[in-house]
Amino acid sequence: MTLELSLNQQPAHARQGSSIGQPLTRRDGFLKVTGGARYAADNHPPGMLYAVLAVSSIARGRVAALDTEAAKAHKGVVEVMTPKNRPALAIDPDAKDNPFMFRLDLLQNDQVRYPNQSIAVVIAETLEAATEGAALLSPRYEALPARVGLDGAKSFVPRGVGIGGPAVQHKGDVETGLRSAKTRIEATYETPAQYHNAMEPHAIVVAWDGDRLSIDTPSQGLAMAQGRIAGLFGIAPENIHIRSPFLGGGFGSKGMISGPQVLGILAARLVGRPVKLVLRREQMYGPVGHRAPTRQTLRMGMDGEGRLTAIDHHARTASSTFDDFFEPAADASHTLYASPAIATSHDAVRLDTGTPLFMRAPGEATGSIALESAIDEAAHACGMDPLEFRLRNYAEVEPMTGKPFSSKALRECYRQAAETFGWASRPLQPRLMRDADGFLTGWGMGTATFPALMFQAEARAVLRSDGSGLMETGAQDMGQGAWTAFAQIAADGLGLDIDRVEFRAGSSDLPNAGIAGGSGHTATAGMAIHNAGAAVIARLADLATGNEASPLFGAGNEGVLARGGRLYRRDDESRGESYAEILMRAGLTEIEAHGKGAPDPASQETYAKHAHGAVFAEVKVDPDFGQIRVTRLVGAFAAGRVINPRLVRSQYYGGMIWGISFALHEEAITDRRSGRIQNANLAEYHVPVNADVPSVEALLVHEDDPYVNALGIKGVGEIGITGTAGAIANAVWHATGVRPRRFPIRIEDLLG
Amino acid sequence: MRDFSYLRAASVDAARQAAALPGAMLLAGGTTLIDLAKCGVAEPETLVDITHLKGLNGIEVSERSAIIGALAKMGHVADHADIKSRFPAVSEALWQAASAQIRNMATIGGNLMQRTRCPYFRDPANFPACNKREPGSGCSAIGGVTKGHAVLGTSDACIAMYPGDLAVALVAFDAVVHLGQSQVPVDDFFLLPGTTPDREHAIEPGEMITAIEIPGSASARRSTYLKIRDRQSYEFAAASAAVGIEFEADGRTIRDLRVALGGVATKPWRARAVEDALKGKVLEPDAVRAASLLAVEGATDHGANHYKIELAPRVVARAILKMGETA
Ligand SMILES: Cc1cc2nc3c(=O)[nH]c(=O)nc-3n(C[C@H](O)[C@H](O)[C@H](O)COP(=O)(O)OP(=O)(O)OC[C@H]3O[C@@H](n4cnc5c(N)ncnc54)[C@H](O)[C@@H]3O)c2cc1C
Ligand code: SF4
Repeated sequence: MTLELSLNQQPAHARQGSSIGQPLTRRDGFLKVTGGARYAADNHPPGMLYAVLAVSSIARGRVAALDTEAAKAHKGVVEVMTPKNRPALAIDPDAKDNPFMFRLDLLQNDQVRYPNQSIAVVIAETLEAATEGAALLSPRYEALPARVGLDGAKSFVPRGVGIGGPAVQHKGDVETGLRSAKTRIEATYETPAQYHNAMEPHAIVVAWDGDRLSIDTPSQGLAMAQGRIAGLFGIAPENIHIRSPFLGGGFGSKGMISGPQVLGILAARLVGRPVKLVLRREQMYGPVGHRAPTRQTLRMGMDGEGRLTAIDHHARTASSTFDDFFEPAADASHTLYASPAIATSHDAVRLDTGTPLFMRAPGEATGSIALESAIDEAAHACGMDPLEFRLRNYAEVEPMTGKPFSSKALRECYRQAAETFGWASRPLQPRLMRDADGFLTGWGMGTATFPALMFQAEARAVLRSDGSGLMETGAQDMGQGAWTAFAQIAADGLGLDIDRVEFRAGSSDLPNAGIAGGSGHTATAGMAIHNAGAAVIARLADLATGNEASPLFGAGNEGVLARGGRLYRRDDESRGESYAEILMRAGLTEIEAHGKGAPDPASQETYAKHAHGAVFAEVKVDPDFGQIRVTRLVGAFAAGRVINPRLVRSQYYGGMIWGISFALHEEAITDRRSGRIQNANLAEYHVPVNADVPSVEALLVHEDDPYVNALGIKGVGEIGITGTAGAIANAVWHATGVRPRRFPIRIEDLLG
Repeated sequence: MRDFSYLRAASVDAARQAAALPGAMLLAGGTTLIDLAKCGVAEPETLVDITHLKGLNGIEVSERSAIIGALAKMGHVADHADIKSRFPAVSEALWQAASAQIRNMATIGGNLMQRTRCPYFRDPANFPACNKREPGSGCSAIGGVTKGHAVLGTSDACIAMYPGDLAVALVAFDAVVHLGQSQVPVDDFFLLPGTTPDREHAIEPGEMITAIEIPGSASARRSTYLKIRDRQSYEFAAASAAVGIEFEADGRTIRDLRVALGGVATKPWRARAVEDALKGKVLEPDAVRAASLLAVEGATDHGANHYKIELAPRVVARAILKMGETA
């Protein structure tokens, strides 16, 4: 898929020379603000029908009856899909070969395992008819009591947490460390279930043509989605074409193809016509993942100088009754603070909810708010400034493994952010600052960190005899700016100005770009692009240096530079020629090459790779009402090479605002009797509005990392939440003297 | 969605006649009604569109009163210079309600008629029991998620909170609802749930709000609306207060005081006990705080909404003291 840049072909701020590092505006921005960007649900193939899910009212039990006749009798209804007539699948939706293969509810039986589980699909000529048809099904249930809450079932130690890390880990002996400590703290923090709530609901438009499938659906991982669908339907992956040029947010919930999306495909197969299925907002609270609740207990010991002698971090979390995803919250204590003894452990309960999933900074966000709160409590117990305490316990090597860091500019982050914020004048004791209007004012801080991950990706580069270039990779733009950042990397990789590069992404018929997740997309697909560019330039250089007619003859591949559509001799830049001349002389209309992006196993073994940051927060709290306002946030982040400072800053802003959301707003509230979430809509599931975000500043701290990858890219997508949520909680304590231990922090927690 | 018929009323009288038909409902800005139709609470057979009717969107302010047409937009009224100067609490209540987009769509008549945000009320597919929707079916909220429910004016049948802001300011200043020729004081227009929570307003099928009238007064001129909530905007009140005050010539003794509460009661809640305790007294912080506790006399909580009983008197006290300061 090519980006249809009809009017804004020339991005603002484009310039000659290197594109990497330039603050280009989004190349797709014009399309988005004018409504020209086509999202999945905007598609309307001829003959298309509308599919609407009927979902379960109960949390657990079985569907005893569905009035399919009433639904079918409704004008416009074409078909009702239930377990009885659902087309066959090649494999059991409950089969699981690997941790990334999540069990799906695809009408395999009449069992209900969580509220809002799909129990039927109504397909009709209009959306209205399908909606009414779904209501007419009037299901009857045999219900069993719902298991809710972190004490709602017997706990157990899961086999793995997150993407399969050990649930229990330790280094040294925390009990000895705690015993030898001069000062100790212990505290328990609770975080609620949260839902991704991307603006764009999960949507799919499907057309079958024999055994070929044409799909428009938002996906953070096109090749994985293609593979999963191929497996379910027993068809070849290359028979499936998925287009996902734009996502209206994903945050992890569009990482895997979800059950409802597959039901759209099944519905199209059943009726033999194209089908569109779009989730309603409330239907997104169940089958498309969420951030599991946690209850975390931290114990820390400190010696007389405020040095940690032990960190013990335990997290209770929850998964569904039928699948495994365990929020790896306690793992947050592995990487940040030096301690001779560290123990992390998880246990879990199984509840009647949809399966939790990766949600922007899974484990890192939940773990960070508890860890950073506990660090603040520990600093206070030692009578130390929280920044001084963090510097005293600065990890020079990765605490859990002892590995050196590939790079770590965290000291510089602390320094720059603290200076900009004005931290030095902070009183140590809480409840000492008031503003002119009488509001209690508090300052808090937190450390941000996120691993620098890489997955696998491929790209294809082409140079054409008209002097232009093409770069292709099936990358996914969730709004983070992939269309722009990858085009910048492509331009430099091809040695072309960005306006001479055609960049294609967002489609499964392009080389596999891996997943847009784990903050690793820019590094992974970026490296594939970089390498594809280098490979095609090498082919071009071969053509030139091997040809006597070229001014580059005899320079050798290494002796050649590519820039601005020309190759130059490294030893004499006055000698060079254009790509077009080289290709024309060789009688070629174009040449191509492929490149891969993947983590380097050797450096993976040797180095600990993380991005870091420091976030400082000011809050004001009304002393009578307990109403909290975040009045200032300053973050400084070091995450390797910055491809586009404008986009990177936006990622930090977005993450930091999510931190506000985590600390003060977001919470799915469950009715304990029914197991249903009672605020499954955007009027009552709160995220910050503009008025809640008066001032956010993100500083980009320079960091060269020669080990993460050749481009030196870490990742910026998720780190902003970490550190921020804790900084706000700590600022609330500093303002009020009340230590928040339950999130989000609400008026009622501070009324006192 | 079920089929319904749509009718553009030719006149106020035609609208009233059409609205008298069984299953008919007036459609103004639609910001409440369309939501309720989508979640299956409202199932109109006929929608009687009144948005284009002439002469119902006026805002007339004189020494004696403000008369606001039922079709005036929330945003327009909030921004009206004379409303701001003579009835600041009314303007502030509207400014702090909903979002800019909703205020641009929503009308004053529709605003008075907005329904509770009780999540059980709004979810008939999953919670059949709701006395407000289906008299006698029971109350799903009691024993469930009650953080946003009322602590004042509740009954065994229903504890749903009245969520609006404007009506709180209106009830404080003795506003009157015009139903064509007849007029009903706002305090009587909103009904307590008692055993009939399905009946929320003193309005009959075939009647239509044409305007609201707010008598001008010194206390209305010196008034404010204070709304407390977790989020800075776009959230219903955890507790709110409309307060107006008039001093004697000495500038300290309270001649007239108006206090009404929002976010805590089953209807816009006039707190006369607070008014009576302070009228004739000198405004003094401790006395104000003590009197403000009377605002929640008789309050009962259902667990998670207990904090409202703590919060509401503090909001009242702050609003009164703030009005005292601006002497
Ligand atoms: C997300 C959200 C947040 C909100 N937050 C707030 C808030 O913080 N504070 C607040 O006060 N409100 C809030 N509201 C409610 C909002 O103010 C109301 O939806 C709005 O005022 C209704 O006006 P309308 O013109 O759109 O009414 P409609 O939706 O058109 O009508 C509402 C009801 O009134 C009836 N009706 C309309 N006009 C008349 C008339 N002239 N005579 C008799 N009956 C009539 C209709 O038949 C219908 O039953 C919020 C709403 C939403 C959706
Ligand atoms: S509180 Fe009232 S509106 Fe809510 S469920 Fe009970 S009866 Fe219905």
